[in-house]
Amino acid sequence: MQIHDIPAEKPWSGIIRKGQTLRIIDTCGQQAIDTIFYNAADFGERYSAQDTMQAQGAAYITTGSRIMSSEGRVMLTVTADTAGRHDTCAGCCSCESNTVRFGEPTRHLHACRENFILELSRHGMTRRDIVPNINFFMNVPISPNGAMTIDDGISSAGDHVDLVADMDVLCVISNCPQINNPCNGFDPTPIRVEIKD
Amino acid sequence: MMPHTPRPPQAIAADRARYEDHQRRGLTFAPKAPPTPSPLQAPPPVDPLWHRTLPGGWYDVLTMRPGQVLRLQSQGLGGCVSLAAWALRDTSERLNLPDTVKVQWTTDLRKGRVLFSDMGRVMLAITEDNSGAHDVLTGGSGRTGAGTPAQRNTRDNMILAAAKLGLDRRDLPMLMTFFAPVRVDAAGRFFWNGTLLSGTDWVELRAEMPLVLALSNTRHPMDPSTAEVPPVMLTLQAAGAVDDDDLCRTASAEAIRGFQNNVRG
Repeated sequence: MQIHDIPAEKPWSGIIRKGQTLRIIDTCGQQAIDTIFYNAADFGERYSAQDTMQAQGAAYITTGSRIMSSEGRVMLTVTADTAGRHDTCAGCCSCESNTVRFGEPTRHLHACRENFILELSRHGMTRRDIVPNINFFMNVPISPNGAMTIDDGISSAGDHVDLVADMDVLCVISNCPQINNPCNGFDPTPIRVEIKD
Repeated sequence: MMPHTPRPPQAIAADRARYEDHQRRGLTFAPKAPPTPSPLQAPPPVDPLWHRTLPGGWYDVLTMRPGQVLRLQSQGLGGCVSLAAWALRDTSERLNLPDTVKVQWTTDLRKGRVLFSDMGRVMLAITEDNSGAHDVLTGGSGRTGAGTPAQRNTRDNMILAAAKLGLDRRDLPMLMTFFAPVRVDAAGRFFWNGTLLSGTDWVELRAEMPLVLALSNTRHPMDPSTAEVPPVMLTLQAAGAVDDDDLCRTASAEAIRGFQNNVRG
């Protein structure tokens, strides 16, 4: 089994082979883990939030959710989830969107988009390859009137989600550094990723 | 397990208080005016530069200069328009719906709301909209695999449209679909509320920066109808003056800050 400890606010990437299980552990609780998957053999095929929501007919990711690609294929399947539900509508934070949400003084705070750009550059990809991601352990309720907000996380220390890969995938993570809203309990923390055969 | 030194409680409390203030204002005070729907009957276009129809099943691409206004008008129930948008000067800047809904605290994008790029700038403003029946969450139809060329889908259309702008599938953002009344229930499940549409619904989108757009008029995958997809009329109108108190530019603190980013460049 591979164990990868990811420090607070840092990115990570790794390959999960078909049939392997990816376990993402919210080590300390209430930590948003921004995640994108790419077909390891063809980075042009990547996670699609809209295909995933359409396929399951619902907005939140949880046990049983099929993680769909831009080509309409199953990339991974969620087989366990001790937290309850995960967001895939709200995307990742960026310096630029922080200025819109929280004002110009927040421009020069570290953000997930910075993490994704740097981690993707290691794989020959660019900002253009960043697609709307999954926010594991992020609580973004959507009301029937459309209102959405980022609320306090519902995950506890040690909560985890398991995903079995249906194809070889590159998993790219930004361990979210946001401190302007409750997605990380205002205190970004380390996380752990395990890959099991 | 990695060691972790928590942030000071005072810093956390200060950040939480600031967020809760943004949240309260975002959820209760925006938009500035209640989004009074546009009339069901669209008025004659103002200073039209061109009209053209987007046939059912097909796509189109176009360029918009700042201030120009694109009218989309359905020509019958079942015509819906999926939209992708890129900045003309640098197409790596593109429509970002997660940011759009997150910063405006709503997935209900209608008259008075704006569409953001990934760079925190406003690309388009929804200046007119009679129905408010649009989808940001579920996207268009995928490839059916088998089938005839007549069985067209949104995904193929968008790849074709992107190609004609010199772009490819890596450039495709999440799509906004107009005249697609997808709603979410309390459990987060989607449903199609067809009663929100009249068959002559219309929206107007004002460009807030130089743009290229890709549009696809394909049956929404949640639309239960199996009838032929009717055309949608596209009308581009010349740029007019924008008032200082323009609804879309002043509707919320977030919209105002977005337009400040447009000026910042």
